[in-house]
Amino acid sequence: MISVSVRKKYQSSLIDINFETDEPGITAIFGRSGAGKTSLIDMIAGITRPDQGFIKIDDQVLFDSAADISLKPELRNIGYVFQDARLFPHMTVKKNLLFGWNHRETGLRRIDLEDVVDVLGLDKLLERSPVRLSGGEAQRVQFGRAILSNPKLLLMDEPLSSLDHQHRQEILPFIERLRDEFKIPILYVSHAMDEIIRLADKLLILENGRVAADGGVEELTGRLDLRPLTGRYEAGSVISAVIVEHDRDYAISHLEFPGGVLRVPLMEGDPGTQVRIRIRARDVSVSKTAPSDVSELNIFPAKIVEIASPSANDLPHCDTLIDIGVPLWVRLTRLSIKNLDLKPGDEAFALIKGTSVDRQNLAIRKGQDHA
Amino acid sequence: MFSPEELEVLGLSLKVSLWATFLSLPAGICVAWILARYNFPGKILLDGIIHLPLVLPPVVIGYLLLVFLNPNSPMGQFLKALNFEIAFTWIGAALAAGIMAFPLMVRAIRLSLEAVDEKLEMAARTLGAGPLSLFFSVTLPLITPGIIAGSILAFARSLGEFGATITFVSNIPGETRTLPLAVYTLTQTPNGETAAYRLVIISIAISLIALAISEIASRRAKKRLGFER
Repeated sequence: MISVSVRKKYQSSLIDINFETDEPGITAIFGRSGAGKTSLIDMIAGITRPDQGFIKIDDQVLFDSAADISLKPELRNIGYVFQDARLFPHMTVKKNLLFGWNHRETGLRRIDLEDVVDVLGLDKLLERSPVRLSGGEAQRVQFGRAILSNPKLLLMDEPLSSLDHQHRQEILPFIERLRDEFKIPILYVSHAMDEIIRLADKLLILENGRVAADGGVEELTGRLDLRPLTGRYEAGSVISAVIVEHDRDYAISHLEFPGGVLRVPLMEGDPGTQVRIRIRARDVSVSKTAPSDVSELNIFPAKIVEIASPSANDLPHCDTLIDIGVPLWVRLTRLSIKNLDLKPGDEAFALIKGTSVDRQNLAIRKGQDHA
Repeated sequence: MFSPEELEVLGLSLKVSLWATFLSLPAGICVAWILARYNFPGKILLDGIIHLPLVLPPVVIGYLLLVFLNPNSPMGQFLKALNFEIAFTWIGAALAAGIMAFPLMVRAIRLSLEAVDEKLEMAARTLGAGPLSLFFSVTLPLITPGIIAGSILAFARSLGEFGATITFVSNIPGETRTLPLAVYTLTQTPNGETAAYRLVIISIAISLIALAISEIASRRAKKRLGFER
């Protein structure tokens, strides 16, 4: 359990953040630049000192202004993955990896070099100088170095922001593996919603130094009132599901979710594996009568929950929230809404194209208890 | 190849300069650290005092040393009680040379300290490194090029030290007569030119060797730190 309540006044802004998380997985901290994301984790790491408040991990007090306690960063046992890799240039990759490990008491070394080298695929890099690593390799080494310090909590400050799109896609699976293998709680700062949806379970949205919202990723990304904050990525919905079976003849996987069974292109993972999928609002359509003879593989009875007013009058579409057992965003034209005379409360059918769920929209999780 | 007198002068010069360099190195690192990392009232004054040997006539430094450390001064008496004589000994020559070279040493180390990325040090702290471990495992290795450059500069400056040395410890053959003092003495001696030329050539050779060693060492250190490939 991590509990944070901090307040700090800067020249032109104020940080005033309270939150708690007991999530063993990844809690994403999302917000625009200047929202206070990095300031918050710097306070947790002990790099910046809050004016007031407390920071606790389980029973250990890291900071408490009332009791005048403020542990130095080296005593907090919190790993920090920086935006820039910050590897020590005078050491080999291996020595970099072992730096934090060497500073831990022997009895607290739960994770060893071999574990990390294996999970992060670092075996060929060990004897190299950090100067000769690519950006993605350097970040992987930095992950390993932080994990090997056997921290109670891992902070990541936009660890992918210095990489190009392709390298980001290569690194994401490694972060997933870290999350699932080592079970260290992670606070993941990002302003990229696609990363968050893929990696995180819990979401903390910051705005102007305050908590704007705090909750599950599925819930918050579906909330209409948060769209001005979360809506900088393409509109869509996040659904947790479990693989039921694979139909290898047609290369289709069956996923069970609270609304029924979803059929998507064949994906990795054995039956029983938890997955999270994202369905873009534009890949869903709505029919007022039960459709037949249509190509869409996935048809679910739905209820119209809310029709958002368009953000500008000259836009053709309105995002509409429907309920198919889980909330689902649909992007409809204003004309269709008028033609079908759709109103909140109406019964309808949602049609989701099987091909709309592609590999990039999938996040596989090995651990359980994420449903 | 060398006459016994030349060997004596050469050996004494190397001894004095090496001691001057080694003794001022730890102090140089400390002072450079303080100047690079801290702001405090009187910093400008401290900086000024350390740089004085660079701007004062060396004779003035030598004279001040003589005033404070001569055998009859309180400090001189105290050192004599400890059976430790500085004035008119090679130790005094090393002290004079070390003081004259100190600002060069501090400047080189300070520059490299200021170039150390404090983000790296913060990363080391989040990995559990306390102040001592941080210094020895991260900061010190990162400033080795500066330490090498500073030490070679200080060594070369010590080798050439003349004014403060002759004023403080005089020009005693076998005790304080280093290379520059020997050259000076020979130029003042009738028919001493040939011997003086020989010493001049030796001086040039030593200086070139020192510079070459410095270049090679700092290249190696930089390569190890990844500044060059």
